[in-house]
Amino acid sequence: MKRRDLLLASLALLSAWYLLALIIQRPILPAPDKVLLVFFQELGRGLLLHFAASLGRAVAGMTIAVLLAVPAGLGLGATPRLNRFFSPILYLLYPIPKVVLTPIVLLLLGIGDLAKITMIVLILFFQVLVLVRDQAAGLPPQLLHSLRSLGAGRRALLRFVYLPAALPSILTALRQSIGTTVAVLYVTELFATRWGLGYYIYYQGSTLLNYPAMYAGVLAMSLLGLGLYFAVDGLERRLCPWKFVA
Amino acid sequence: MIEVQGLRFGYAGAAPLFTDFNWQVQRGERWAVFGSSGCGKTTLLYLLAGLHRPQAGQVRIAGQPLQRPRPHTGLILQDYGLLPWATVRQNASLGLRVRDFYGPDGKHAPADFRPTQQDVTPWLERLGLLPVAEQYPAQLSGGQRQRTAIARTLALQPDLLLMDEPFSSLDAVTREALQDLTCELCQEQSLTLVLVTHAIEEAVRMGEHILLLGQPPNSNAVCFENPFASCHVAADEMGRTALIQQLRQELNRR
Repeated sequence: MKRRDLLLASLALLSAWYLLALIIQRPILPAPDKVLLVFFQELGRGLLLHFAASLGRAVAGMTIAVLLAVPAGLGLGATPRLNRFFSPILYLLYPIPKVVLTPIVLLLLGIGDLAKITMIVLILFFQVLVLVRDQAAGLPPQLLHSLRSLGAGRRALLRFVYLPAALPSILTALRQSIGTTVAVLYVTELFATRWGLGYYIYYQGSTLLNYPAMYAGVLAMSLLGLGLYFAVDGLERRLCPWKFVA
Repeated sequence: MIEVQGLRFGYAGAAPLFTDFNWQVQRGERWAVFGSSGCGKTTLLYLLAGLHRPQAGQVRIAGQPLQRPRPHTGLILQDYGLLPWATVRQNASLGLRVRDFYGPDGKHAPADFRPTQQDVTPWLERLGLLPVAEQYPAQLSGGQRQRTAIARTLALQPDLLLMDEPFSSLDAVTREALQDLTCELCQEQSLTLVLVTHAIEEAVRMGEHILLLGQPPNSNAVCFENPFASCHVAADEMGRTALIQQLRQELNRR
């Protein structure tokens, strides 16, 4: 994606927002210039800390999900017998929208950070697991034969073939799940916390009725999602340079 | 170098490809294994590579029964088996990295293997790959990919080279250049070569000996001596044509 195109798209969205605010003329939809002003003012008044709390939870959840799902996905993908055994279970669990488990997780794990991070882990785990498993199971047999003929056993195949082959799938799963991750983050941060963008948005909007500040929170949450998206893109460019050659 | 004794092998649910099959290859010989599709040529190569296990009989390489892929055997497949995410240099040094990974355990790497600097530059230079050393397989021509696969195999200093239709997807000029290069390298490195092909001209060009496989099950090894195999020397075209004719007739009979 070219920077110029991104800039133009941002300008188009801001213009649409501005136009809508002009038409509606209600406090519930302040104009973007006002929100941007408040956004920068609020950064020094705690918004940055709320952003950091949310970012910390998102990154922790993503990291734990990858650390759990990648070995499991590789194990299933590289071992057809294991895959046959677990496939029906995954088939049943994968389509369940994990967001609906939020109340159960909150009841079981309490209302602290553990439950919030667990929700993110739950959502990402299955996405990463399934993509990594399918990637590993779909590796061409010739590639594996050729590596085995060079002396590679199971451990070397994991190190030199399965793991690097899985990298793009891991990053794709992360990218696909960022939207849901941020949405779940918002929902879980509505409960029993004083730090996090979810709390900030709800507090400003519903308790203080400070709509410009609420929109500043929404903007911060959007930037959080966008930042994670860009970070995954950057990681892909760094870790998978072969995907970007002609 | 290779002794196949009383070999029996077939895939589950299919008729056996080999029954009581015997065959011998002496050290330093260049063999072409020729036959039509489904005759078991590639399967025989996989058995020699230790990637398949005989259901009966045994395969001995250098006097040892083959239980698993052998560190001194190099295998080059039709689609080159290169890692798409690794550069030419990384692909060429892959075998050495695998050996470094395990150390000299005598199983995955020779017992006398010493950890290396993984410098495959001499091989890249010898095979004309230095200008593309930092490129990925997707950026290479078919000939360059096959050269990379050859560099990767030869960097491990094998004594036996197994090739499965290695030049079949290349254009005629590149194919002949690589056929000549392979012959040269076999002579230079005193390699034993077993090359599987479905192209009769390639079998006659490359194999000093030709093993003809017919409709399975193969029981008797039908072998031909080929004095017309060439490696840069002017070929005896008439002799080759006569041998090709003979091979065709024999293949049609089976």
